[in-house]
Amino acid sequence: MNENVKAKKIDFYKLFYKYGTIFVIIAAVLFFSITLENFMNFRNITNVFRSVSIVALIALAITLSLTVGGFDLSVGATAGFASVIAAKIMVIWEMGPAMAIIVPLLAGGLVGCINAFLIIKVKITDMLTTLSMMFVLTGISITFQNGSAIYNYMPLPNNAGIAKGTMNEAFLYIGQGKLLGIPVPVIIMLTVVVLVHIFLNYTRYGRYLYMTGGNEEAAKLSGIPINKYKLIAYVMSGFIAALGGLVLGSRLGSGEVNAGGSYLMDAVAAAYIGYSVLGIGKPNAFGTLLGALLMGVLLNGLIMMDFPYYSQDIVKGFVLIFALGLTYYKRKE
Amino acid sequence: MYKLEMKDITKTFPGVIALENVNFEVTQGEVHALIGANGAGKSTLMKILAGAYTGYEGELFIDGNKIAIHNPLDAKRNGIVIVYQEVDTALVPYLTVAENIMMDHIVSEKKDVFMNWKEIKARAKKEIMDLGLDINVNQLVSELTLSEKQMVLIGRAVFQKAKYLILDEPTAPLSVEETKKLFEIVRKLKKDGMSVIFITHRLDEVFEICEKITVLKDGKIVGTYNTENMTIDIVVEKMLGRKLEQSYPKVNATIGEELLEVQGLSGTGGINSANLHVRAGEIIGLAGLVGGGKTELCKLLFGEGKVTEGEIILKGKKIKIKTPAQAVQEGLALVPEERRKEGVLVHESIATNITLPTLKSYCKGPFMQKLKIKKTSLEAIKKIGIKTPNERQLVANLSGGNQQKVAIGKWLLSGAEVFVLDEPTKGVDIGSKAEIYMLIGDLVKQGKAVIYASCEFSEILGLTDRAYVMYNGTTAKELITKETTEEELLYYSAGGGSIK
Repeated sequence: MNENVKAKKIDFYKLFYKYGTIFVIIAAVLFFSITLENFMNFRNITNVFRSVSIVALIALAITLSLTVGGFDLSVGATAGFASVIAAKIMVIWEMGPAMAIIVPLLAGGLVGCINAFLIIKVKITDMLTTLSMMFVLTGISITFQNGSAIYNYMPLPNNAGIAKGTMNEAFLYIGQGKLLGIPVPVIIMLTVVVLVHIFLNYTRYGRYLYMTGGNEEAAKLSGIPINKYKLIAYVMSGFIAALGGLVLGSRLGSGEVNAGGSYLMDAVAAAYIGYSVLGIGKPNAFGTLLGALLMGVLLNGLIMMDFPYYSQDIVKGFVLIFALGLTYYKRKE
Repeated sequence: MYKLEMKDITKTFPGVIALENVNFEVTQGEVHALIGANGAGKSTLMKILAGAYTGYEGELFIDGNKIAIHNPLDAKRNGIVIVYQEVDTALVPYLTVAENIMMDHIVSEKKDVFMNWKEIKARAKKEIMDLGLDINVNQLVSELTLSEKQMVLIGRAVFQKAKYLILDEPTAPLSVEETKKLFEIVRKLKKDGMSVIFITHRLDEVFEICEKITVLKDGKIVGTYNTENMTIDIVVEKMLGRKLEQSYPKVNATIGEELLEVQGLSGTGGINSANLHVRAGEIIGLAGLVGGGKTELCKLLFGEGKVTEGEIILKGKKIKIKTPAQAVQEGLALVPEERRKEGVLVHESIATNITLPTLKSYCKGPFMQKLKIKKTSLEAIKKIGIKTPNERQLVANLSGGNQQKVAIGKWLLSGAEVFVLDEPTKGVDIGSKAEIYMLIGDLVKQGKAVIYASCEFSEILGLTDRAYVMYNGTTAKELITKETTEEELLYYSAGGGSIK
């Protein structure tokens, strides 16, 4: 009898552990749908998805670094960097949209390479490497645009007149366009989520990343070249962060340095909330998406309820604590 | 018929010969016990086989062919797999049982880009079934019990077609039921032709499952025997032998009132209804082999861990110790086994270390009084006999013996009454050992009680008044030191009293 009660209690705990985060998302959606008239309509839902698309992309970048047991704090700065390069290419250098897309993506991959080199070869810890990289990138971005934003018809320094190039229409489509009524950023985000999910769960390479992150020593002894896979993870992280930066730059229609930095903490939160989804307990793509959505839904709903925007971070912080609690409390058991 | 031979293996660590001209061999389908007292060289020998060490002399042969093993991958290629007691070092916690078993397959056999989950799960499931286990292959390894984790590693070894499986003290953390299960699997593996080398301290288990016994002592082979021709008494005799005699100071302390009594204590670390008592001026020993529960009991007494059952009575008063801070307040002191890690702050000065537990009394408000700290430290250094030019010396620069004196000294200042010392002479040279013994003698002369945990039986015999033998997490036997022998201590430590 006594044991029965105990078993039930544990089951309840397990249930909560597994579905806690999803439960919170559903509860939030239900709550807002009932209290707010305009919450549950196509327009607003699209709006939520669009608003989380950049955070989700940057969070996926972090997720990839987390899979190898690393941590990439430079993703926000990489995104900002990518948006600035894209704007410079089009507005100042007057080149086409293709270059404005390819070059920033390559730059993102290069940042990942440098991060990986510093972490693997120079052996600086991941957090400190990427923190330093964050400073470097922010600095480069500002220098690159002479301390101000890059936008259409901006006055050039030294009285050289007005910039001749413009943010290309095709480029702006990335962040502002719609396909079949769905915003392009949302399509990009969902595509990347699915690709990362397939990569991590259905290919050997994804498993190698998890093995490396879960137990480096055991991975090495199974014959996995762990340094190679760490490199791959960081390069992919830089690449996806840069993609997020392109969406960002396109949506803003200009290149602004600090635009990327503000996404970092949200992205970190989304990635860690992702750990707790379904009790997976490891970095994963769909969890990260749900983490980003959870925060998007909460903020969207709260803003519609006239919750002051400057207090948003309080909500984000508590959601993160809740999710981390679900993940780590279990681990102690 | 496979055969693995190690010939003339010699391994030295700086200043110590760990193994000297050791010869060892295992044949197919044999369960071979490797036993010896702590420090005899069992683990070192097996680590060489598993590729954990590179520099050693001697040769290895499989079926007469010379092989080279310089890293774990070499070992695996030759069909040698070791399952360490710390199972987590070999597992990926957040992946499933199936993936952990099939790790090698995933990494090296298949070259497809996409994972064939169906095949992986099916094959892992078959492996688990063949071993007669009941583990869900979709479960995450982090959710398994320790025993199940061992099974996963054994499953992985079988999957890798290992011919030689080394189990390093696998049963120490297992319950009776789990041990039984493990043995069933070992018997099955044996039938399938696998050789199992079984490192253990538990002689009863050796007789239950092994057909051959190799005894190591002080880095040398004593002999290899057929189990059927042996008895526990003979094995114990082989494991012992004369060592360098260490002289112990004669302590004439008057034994006073009961200070600490422990009744039926159970809790963290597998401690299961341990009983002991110690009086003022008395040194009691906690004897036992590694894994017997000495360290765990010491920590539990000191509030590190959770007491699930039993009572601690200090000076006739029942107390509940939940944290180390509380233990210090009650007048307990612990000198932990891992001196450099847990006992002292090596990057701090002697003065800082020695005044740490009592820092409050050298402070005015929140501010430290440097002069008072200096004075106290210098007095303590003189009294304990720490060899150092001054009190500012960093503990890292002291010899092992002097470090230990600092670790003990800080509790002298705190006015602790019950000293729990866990392997205080581990890694200390002979001269410093003698000084530590003297210091302990001084403690009891001052009417303190000392609980002295050690796996060196000669120390227990030379130093203590009474001794408790720890086995399987409990105080298996209480002995009066004067009336006992090293053989008797080892007999009970190896579970001799628990057979039948």
